[in-house]
Amino acid sequence: MDTLQVLQIIWFFLIGILLAGYSVLDGFDLGIGILLPFMAKDKNDTVALFTAIGPVWDGNEVWLLTAGGALFAAFPHAYATVFSGFYLALMLVLFALIFRAVSLEFWSLDEPRRSFWKWAFAIGSLLPSLLFGVALGNVVEGIPLSDSMEFTGSFFTLLRPFPIAVGLTGLSAILVHGCTYAALKTEGPLHDRARLMGKRLWILFLIMLIISAIMSGLYLPGSLKSPLGWIGAAVVIISLVIGRVWMGRTNDKVPFLMTSLSFIGLWGIAGSYQFPHLVKAAGGSGLHLSIYNSSSSELTLTVMLTIAAIGMPMVLVYTVYAYRIFKGKVNL
Amino acid sequence: MDPVLLSRIQFGLTAGFHFIFPPLTLGLSLVILILEIIYYTSDSELYKKISTFMVKIMGLVFVMGVATGIVLEFSFGTNWSNYSRMVGDIFGAPLAAEGIFAFFMESVFLGILIFGRNRVSKRFYLLSVFLVFFASHLSGLWIIIANSWMQTPAGYTIEGGRAVLTNFYEAALNGSTIVRFLHTIIGGWITGTLFTAGVSSWYLLKERDTEAARPLLSLALWIFTATAIIQFVSGHSHSVQVAKTQPEKMAAFEALWQSRAGAPMSVIGIPDTAAKKTRFEIAVPKLLSIAIYFDPNATVQGLNEFQPDELPSVFISYLTYHGMIGLGSFFALLALIALILRFRNRLFDSRWYLWILVLATPLPFISNELGWMSAEIGRQPWAVYRVLKTIDAASVVVPAGQILFTIIMFSVIYLLLFAVFIKILVSIVKKGPDNVTLGYIGE
Repeated sequence: MDTLQVLQIIWFFLIGILLAGYSVLDGFDLGIGILLPFMAKDKNDTVALFTAIGPVWDGNEVWLLTAGGALFAAFPHAYATVFSGFYLALMLVLFALIFRAVSLEFWSLDEPRRSFWKWAFAIGSLLPSLLFGVALGNVVEGIPLSDSMEFTGSFFTLLRPFPIAVGLTGLSAILVHGCTYAALKTEGPLHDRARLMGKRLWILFLIMLIISAIMSGLYLPGSLKSPLGWIGAAVVIISLVIGRVWMGRTNDKVPFLMTSLSFIGLWGIAGSYQFPHLVKAAGGSGLHLSIYNSSSSELTLTVMLTIAAIGMPMVLVYTVYAYRIFKGKVNL
Repeated sequence: MDPVLLSRIQFGLTAGFHFIFPPLTLGLSLVILILEIIYYTSDSELYKKISTFMVKIMGLVFVMGVATGIVLEFSFGTNWSNYSRMVGDIFGAPLAAEGIFAFFMESVFLGILIFGRNRVSKRFYLLSVFLVFFASHLSGLWIIIANSWMQTPAGYTIEGGRAVLTNFYEAALNGSTIVRFLHTIIGGWITGTLFTAGVSSWYLLKERDTEAARPLLSLALWIFTATAIIQFVSGHSHSVQVAKTQPEKMAAFEALWQSRAGAPMSVIGIPDTAAKKTRFEIAVPKLLSIAIYFDPNATVQGLNEFQPDELPSVFISYLTYHGMIGLGSFFALLALIALILRFRNRLFDSRWYLWILVLATPLPFISNELGWMSAEIGRQPWAVYRVLKTIDAASVVVPAGQILFTIIMFSVIYLLLFAVFIKILVSIVKKGPDNVTLGYIGE
């Protein structure tokens, strides 16, 4: 194995870590966003939930931005193929993210249109939560690709059963994660409501996991035989069971840690099946985009690795520090 | 319709709208840093109050920058996928580095600025203010690195039709990075300080919150005065760089139709590309040669020396460039007046001048946009100067109809957001520094 291959493999993992970091961190504020209209019964509830995510949601979203930038830098062909191929779907996500970014601040300061901004935040959180999973399902199942690496399908190619199942699985994971974070950060009736919703959505998450597993068997040949995939699945199942047990007790930290862990298990499953491919080609054409045929040069990957090696430890240190500053229940 | 043209319109629209906010953030972060240093050293509650007020405004501006910035991170893939394939080896890294080094830091510490005043020590709060200032400027540096590589590409070689990195430092610190970074940052400081001056002038004119408005106006005008004058130096250096590294761009800026020794500098006029002449032109003889080469008889290359299909629109390049310089000159004039009034002790009661400051608040935004337009339109028809044409950079699989649809969507959404942004901004200013609550409010 030469240096270039090692770097390509490292970058496959690093982008996986960025995506996992994005789902663990932004996942809970996306989940709270979607559930806001149902979880918050009055203005104080809304302020409490906004304040729970206010100091951190933007930093959380940077994980997505950085994952996008890193994909661009490390595997430009995958970035180009997926983003131009999934044009309308991605634009929908972008419109959603635009509304989402402004709606907390606008809800607070544009009083006459509060219900509009509340729903803008909810729908702006819903679309990315669903569509990122759909996109993942597509690149895993395979999309029609030309021999010049271009997507040859249409918007409706993306809406196949397996990608939709993956999208709904991701969405339900995000919903449960939002509930466990909301329960962690709030008190009183709002806290109890968040916990109850968490318990109910937990069942939905479990059902979606089973459906996705069955569909993997149907649509992804060999997927149920991968040992790494089963290790990932074991992590998901164990974390879900432990999380569910602790949801019934007084501790709010364990369920949140467990839903966080379940995302890492989910990415483990996806990553172990997908490696070394980034975008699979449909129809047995063999025109897959892999880390080997889509990557940047050895020098660029090295420079990027240096940047990540210096930068990411710093990011982790001050992110953890910031979370510690805002730890504990929100008090208004 | 032509999908490439539509993608250009979309990029111009989304990048142009985004570019309203980051320069203001740069300037405001500087003002806040100075206010917080004064508060830290003097313990003056007044400065704490003023700074909190400015943080409130910056929080709103930052959110608009975030919302509109996400689009750009992905737009190279969505609309410019060939560009991404051809130059991703070089162009992607600064975008990723911006995220890793700058944007994480800016977001996390701005969260502390807005929500953490009572949760951290005074010293840590000041550190957070500094890190927001530092990270927002670092963020600008990485974006300018990426953009400057499109203007003056370096540190690469072409292999199999793709640009491949050969030297990271040469690519990052290419021929125009530093001067363009300084020029942009100073533009941001002018924007933020004139904005701050405009707001404080309004309070003085309304004879309210004067206790806060006076020191704020004074501080803002000190920085404004310095930066508006320094911008002439940085602008001049930038022009010299353009003339030397992208001569056809300078020829288009000046509408210099023919190469000539002792070239004049055009002050005002209307370029007519068909007739190859500038109508109603006022020009200063020999000044262009002097400005670029410090020699009144030096020869400056004219548009005639370049392939006609490798030239930008002279009309747009000329007007945006001269519009920017015109506004820059006006800012320098305002700066000099501020200096005179200050020495005569009339700064706070010259109502005519305060009114001018209020009305001039939007102008730096316009000069930023004009400067950006002249830089990017002046580079056409190239996406990367003499490496990749814009027409070859666009996505091939995205139909024109879909791009048209997203242009309409972006226009509607941005118009709505801008209207609400302005409404909220005005309401924060009207409420004044005495009634600021950071964080979310229910009532």
